[in-house]
Amino acid sequence: MNIHIKQGRLVDPKHNIDAIQDVFVSEGKIAGTGHAPDGFVADQVIDATGLVVCPGLVDVAVRLREPGNEYKASLKSELRAAVAGGVTSLACQPDTDPVLDESGLVEMLKHRTKQQQLSNVYPLGALTLQLAGKQITEMNELTDAGCVGFTQSDNSITDTQVLWRAMQYAATFGFTVWLRPQEPYLARDGVAHDGEVATRLGLKTIPVAAETLALATILHIASETGAKVHICRLSSAEGVAMVKEAKQKGLEVTCDVSANHLHLTEHDIGFFDTNCHLRPPLRTQRDRDALRQALLNGTIDLVCSNHSPVDEDAKLMPFGEAEAGATGLELLLPLTLKWANELNIPLLDALTRITIAPATTLGIAQGHLGLNASADICIFDPQQYWKIEPANLLSQGKNTPFSGMELAGKVRYTLVNGQVVYSS
Amino acid sequence: MHNPQLTKEGKLQHLLTTEGLPRAILNQILDTAESFVGVAEREVKKVPLLRGKTVCNIFFENSTRTRTTFEIAAKRLSADVITLNVSTSSQSKGETILDTVNNLTAMHADMFVVRHAESGAAHFIARHVAPHIHVINAGDGRHAHPTQGLLDVFTIRRYKPDMHNLRVAIIGDVLHSRVARSEIHALTTLGVPEVRVIAPKTLLPQHVEKLGVQVYHDMNEGLKDVDVVMMLRLQNERMNGALLPSAQEYFKCYGLTPEKLALAKPDAIVMHPGPMNRGVEIDSVVADGGQSVILPQVTYGIAVRMAVMSILAGNSE
Amino acid sequence: MTTNPQIPNAEVLLSRLEQKLTPLIQPQTAIIGIHSGGAWIAERLLPLLQQAHPDCSLVFGTLDSSFYRDDYHQRGLHTETRPSQISFDVENRHIILLDDVFYTGRTIRAAMNELFDYGRPASITLAVLVDRGGRELPICPQVAAIQLELPFEQKLQLSRDDNNLLHFSLEANA
Repeated sequence: MNIHIKQGRLVDPKHNIDAIQDVFVSEGKIAGTGHAPDGFVADQVIDATGLVVCPGLVDVAVRLREPGNEYKASLKSELRAAVAGGVTSLACQPDTDPVLDESGLVEMLKHRTKQQQLSNVYPLGALTLQLAGKQITEMNELTDAGCVGFTQSDNSITDTQVLWRAMQYAATFGFTVWLRPQEPYLARDGVAHDGEVATRLGLKTIPVAAETLALATILHIASETGAKVHICRLSSAEGVAMVKEAKQKGLEVTCDVSANHLHLTEHDIGFFDTNCHLRPPLRTQRDRDALRQALLNGTIDLVCSNHSPVDEDAKLMPFGEAEAGATGLELLLPLTLKWANELNIPLLDALTRITIAPATTLGIAQGHLGLNASADICIFDPQQYWKIEPANLLSQGKNTPFSGMELAGKVRYTLVNGQVVYSS
Repeated sequence: MHNPQLTKEGKLQHLLTTEGLPRAILNQILDTAESFVGVAEREVKKVPLLRGKTVCNIFFENSTRTRTTFEIAAKRLSADVITLNVSTSSQSKGETILDTVNNLTAMHADMFVVRHAESGAAHFIARHVAPHIHVINAGDGRHAHPTQGLLDVFTIRRYKPDMHNLRVAIIGDVLHSRVARSEIHALTTLGVPEVRVIAPKTLLPQHVEKLGVQVYHDMNEGLKDVDVVMMLRLQNERMNGALLPSAQEYFKCYGLTPEKLALAKPDAIVMHPGPMNRGVEIDSVVADGGQSVILPQVTYGIAVRMAVMSILAGNSE
Repeated sequence: MTTNPQIPNAEVLLSRLEQKLTPLIQPQTAIIGIHSGGAWIAERLLPLLQQAHPDCSLVFGTLDSSFYRDDYHQRGLHTETRPSQISFDVENRHIILLDDVFYTGRTIRAAMNELFDYGRPASITLAVLVDRGGRELPICPQVAAIQLELPFEQKLQLSRDDNNLLHFSLEANA
């Protein structure tokens, strides 16, 4: 199957290309850009005039909910949402039921996601059994089964010695440890930033210190053990400053932010809007501005959707009882473009943060359109505004703080392994 | 942002919090309550305003006192009253808040009085009820207890009518107190120039000054020349732990004794939302003394709740 | 300012009402004015009637029947509700109930309902400045200073000036 993508604006950050160039796909691979390879005969031509052609997006933080929570979402629904959002590779979280803490479960998940023939799925394995923070998992077995890193999801390890050992062990084999910094005692029962809004609304709080204390611990252990660490979902200006300092000291650390946190603050909670009940909590405008700048200057390496589909009933509750999380796969592109537009960032630099940067962090080969690369491609209209509404979302999770907003950037075609898996 | 407790015409649709309520509405409630104080002093304490209406008290969190005052208020307005202690019935069977609310709506209730342990529960219910139903927040988590806040302000206004010339001190567990938040918003909206909070840092929210109050940690400084001393209740479970070392030490630092009260203005009034912990937050001598208006607070509570209910019911189309 | 011949002079009507009420005063009489026009009339009449009957000690009260009105569900609660002030025992009193304009009778119905929540009076006499017709209930004033026919669209509004003098004006009926 040969596909000729014609007249599009090819943006490939890895190769620093931003030009009107045709793309030629053959046998699931990139066969060439610019000029057709010798003897190329197209079976299908996609007219990409006025559209951007870029590597399929890579999202490092996705909850597929399967197995165990199919009433929230299923592999099928969420992988369809992924390709609708132009996401062709994603790392999924291990906090399913059962937890992804043994190789059999990972193999099963890989197998079942392959069957869908939609996005490529790269599981993050549990760092400790049951994510309970007591016993480390069989990281080598899990890696062989397909895990690309190890994480605790939202479950912090309370026993610092276990954290130390887990990172030591991971460092032995060069595995990356993905940790969201949150000191569990300071964050206990908290649902909102310890600021003006929580004071007014009487919500239980998660202070910035919960992030910075945990971050200090993680960075310290990383430096002592030599573990490769990826810091997940940074939320505060102070956290940004600490990561910046660690990077300046030469620590091997990468870092991400969720697209929600690039745009929202505690004030968006308004009168207890449960769509804004997120983890980590939305903080102040100062924090948000620091995150936006850090993503620009490279302290934060990449953006993720932190896709966490939640069933309607779990949100139809008072704020504190409602489940945290928002749908995000289909919003990653428009929210990243919105950030770039607001900060006057060139498209190429914006797309870096959702293509090659996350692919590099995950250690996967995708995220670019070089010769013979896997033909995972996203073709989108950067000018087209669309309204974020439950009916317009393919994800089974319909809740997002951006509900009702109009955002620019609509995916028109998504290709995975040289196959058109989505078009609109 | 549209205030969810007002109709498009700016009338009171629900009473969820005193925050953001226009001064005119606060005054309407307080003025109407004056009329109901007169009703309570009569031979027949009932008026027919809510005749044929059904008021439903839904208490997801138990409270005998608040529930009783709402029941009395509704009955004095001639409403039919149903009380549901949901904490002990349907919630344990897996019924959600919305199930409960929808069931009661189907029984043609006209007004819900709601108490819940979670902040924002009343807002949540108000957002999901049928448009003809009015919701009164009888306390949600740490967020708001507007009728208590209003009755406290009503009491202050009765004893100290010049609100623009008052110094009010609120003492105690502001962090966990929905009463304090509702009082603060009502007082600042009505133009009280100085509201102080006095507490150890463990019992104050991180950004309490953003509520428009002055922060004190020392009773001897904070009580100086105040006109109104409002004590807050300290829950038993907060007394021993990381928030406070003991009830004794709390009383030593923040308990209201005659000596500390002497620092306030000589005609200062002493208030407490009840139930009191004598010897923990307040000395009995003060609680039962000449400056205490704690019992009138209870009496006015009924009048204020009657006022709120009758104004809400009157704003139906 | 020209005077509309249709608008009655409230001060003239007040003295006419005083003359009509003076013979009705008994030892157990109470004067109750309905908020707000009736209360103003009661305030003015009380000293005059007391002077005419130095042997009777007259008592005075005001009523705000807002809580008893039958149109509450259409109009809501009036924003200027005032407390009723009846500081005497209503039981066995001869009550003279005063209002400015008698129209449908609904205000009087509400006022009497409220009055009976205070106790059982020996009698109630309704006295008004103007009986404008248009009653909707089997209630009518025993004493009226004047009877007038007014079209439905018009409302007779009583006001009180800084010198405590009463005036009528015509307004459009809401």
